[in-house]
Amino acid sequence: MSAMVPVVEAGGRAPELSSGARRRRGNGAATRTTSSPLATVVAILIATVWTVPTIGLLITSFRPQRDISTSGWWTVFANPDFTLDNYAQALSGSGSSSMLDFFVNSLVITIPSTLFPLAIAALAAYGFAWLQFPGRQWLFVAVFALQIVPLQVTLVPLMQMYGAIGIDGTYWTVWISHTIFGLPLAVFMMFNSIRELPPALIEAATIDGANPVQVFLRIVLPLATPAIASYGIFQFLWTWNDLLVSMVFLGGSARVAPLTVYISQLSGSRGSAWYLLSAGAFISMVIPVVVFLVMQRYFVRGLTAGAVK
Amino acid sequence: MAEKFGQMLLAIVVLVAVVGVLLFLASLARGKRGDVVRSLFFVGPTIVLVAVGLVWPTILTIVQSLRGASGSGALSFTNFATIFTRDDLRQSIGNTAIWVLLVPLLAIAIGLLYAIIVDRTPIEAFAKTLIFLPMAISMVGASVIWKFVYEYKPTLAPQIGLLNQVLKSLGFETQQFLVNGPWNNLFLIIVMIWIQAGFAMTVLSAAIKAIPDEIIEAAKIDGASGWSLFRFITLPSIRSTLVMVLTTIAIAALKVFDIVRTMTGGNFGTSVVANDFYSASFTQNQPGLGSALAVLLFVLVSPIIIYNVKQLREAY
Repeated sequence: MSAMVPVVEAGGRAPELSSGARRRRGNGAATRTTSSPLATVVAILIATVWTVPTIGLLITSFRPQRDISTSGWWTVFANPDFTLDNYAQALSGSGSSSMLDFFVNSLVITIPSTLFPLAIAALAAYGFAWLQFPGRQWLFVAVFALQIVPLQVTLVPLMQMYGAIGIDGTYWTVWISHTIFGLPLAVFMMFNSIRELPPALIEAATIDGANPVQVFLRIVLPLATPAIASYGIFQFLWTWNDLLVSMVFLGGSARVAPLTVYISQLSGSRGSAWYLLSAGAFISMVIPVVVFLVMQRYFVRGLTAGAVK
Repeated sequence: MAEKFGQMLLAIVVLVAVVGVLLFLASLARGKRGDVVRSLFFVGPTIVLVAVGLVWPTILTIVQSLRGASGSGALSFTNFATIFTRDDLRQSIGNTAIWVLLVPLLAIAIGLLYAIIVDRTPIEAFAKTLIFLPMAISMVGASVIWKFVYEYKPTLAPQIGLLNQVLKSLGFETQQFLVNGPWNNLFLIIVMIWIQAGFAMTVLSAAIKAIPDEIIEAAKIDGASGWSLFRFITLPSIRSTLVMVLTTIAIAALKVFDIVRTMTGGNFGTSVVANDFYSASFTQNQPGLGSALAVLLFVLVSPIIIYNVKQLREAY
């Protein structure tokens, strides 16, 4: 399970993020140690340690199977020899199940698991921010507090519930579970930005005859799109990368299990089949890394919302 | 394959239909109490889902944890007694404590250091992406990457694991990093730090950038520079952000599961509470014991919940 649960900060509201950067241009740097050569060396050292492990495995995934087991990946710089066989083998797989099945499972699990909490949390965030009803504040705090219930506490009872209504072993179990687990954080993040909308805007629309539902659809949703998008990326990465929930509810079969479960099994049972493992690991990373790089700006905004006063 | 995507489309259609019905019903509400009725449709689904999916299961698990290892006996504290007397489980608790201590501290230290160093350098964006990227990779993927770094071969054989190659080049014997305790725990922890430092760096960097220029100018005029500027201006200014990052990473470390499962399977003295929970609940047929371990996680997290709820209530 991924670790991206930005807990609320005192102040709670999403700040205008660019304002911090705007305010701070000029000569005054909070922490000017950059000029020292030692600092530069440390930075390069950290960046290297962070990057080399991934590069090593990436290079390995393109080396012939025999080379991988007889020489280190760093020797390719002396005598390069690359192949796509590992990827071909990983994808075609052995016997009845191929990695492609797991890849499809990952997609089929992740897309609804992202859309469900987005839609339901957007409704709730608007309700908490702009509708008046008794117990509003308490309910909101309660939903927020549930953010930190460990999934582990809920798994066994949920499994029994799914069994009782006859959807065990189907995608519905993970779609519903990811939705439930994502809601507290989703509601909180969207609430922060929806509440920031200027009341005058909503009053004006109301005077023009819009009812609250129209206000929600025509004003709130479009204006809250950045917040919704940044949560969407979170939820996407989180569900794509999840291992625990899928392992518990879907087991390990190619029929329903996602890539993470497959890679984890491969790592356990064939720990030294590096030609398969390395290619498999990168196939499982392609989508989240692309999403991450393309949407990085929104993702960072989501992470830092509420963290910076 | 077509059938799977068909199921997915069906699910999305169901979602759209449900939301459509909710909005339609909400739009029917009229009059003075309109908001109260409308809130049923806006807030109701979330409340129902978290009540059925989070609150009720938590209560059931707490009850089950009190009913013996099978989860069906009379009420007692046997499971909790078991946790604190069985050596392997005690070791897991110790390991979890080390995770919760080391991961946040080191991830934050590295993240903060790096954020400060690359701040406003020409390559800032690229340099940050390098450190941040592991956040996008699953813990399973990260585990595979690092398992390869730690790969063991006897000293005389050609090495394929980077770390052992380094040892060999320096004239040392090669090591089974993931097998030899207690250090193997540390090598697993490094993977988590590798993932989390980017998160710490990103959030802390944003906080540092949000410190107003005037404050820094003023401090400089007063003669502060370098370390003292950091110690007396930067650090206090980002204190609340530091607490938030610390909390978040500590919770993640407390519940860590994927890394241990994928890299050692919890063998060689590396198990943690969340991994024992999985084994007890789903492979060893001791759901009561598993529930007790889950409750233990909950108890360990709760001080953090209480602290954060207090903060939130002060804010609104």
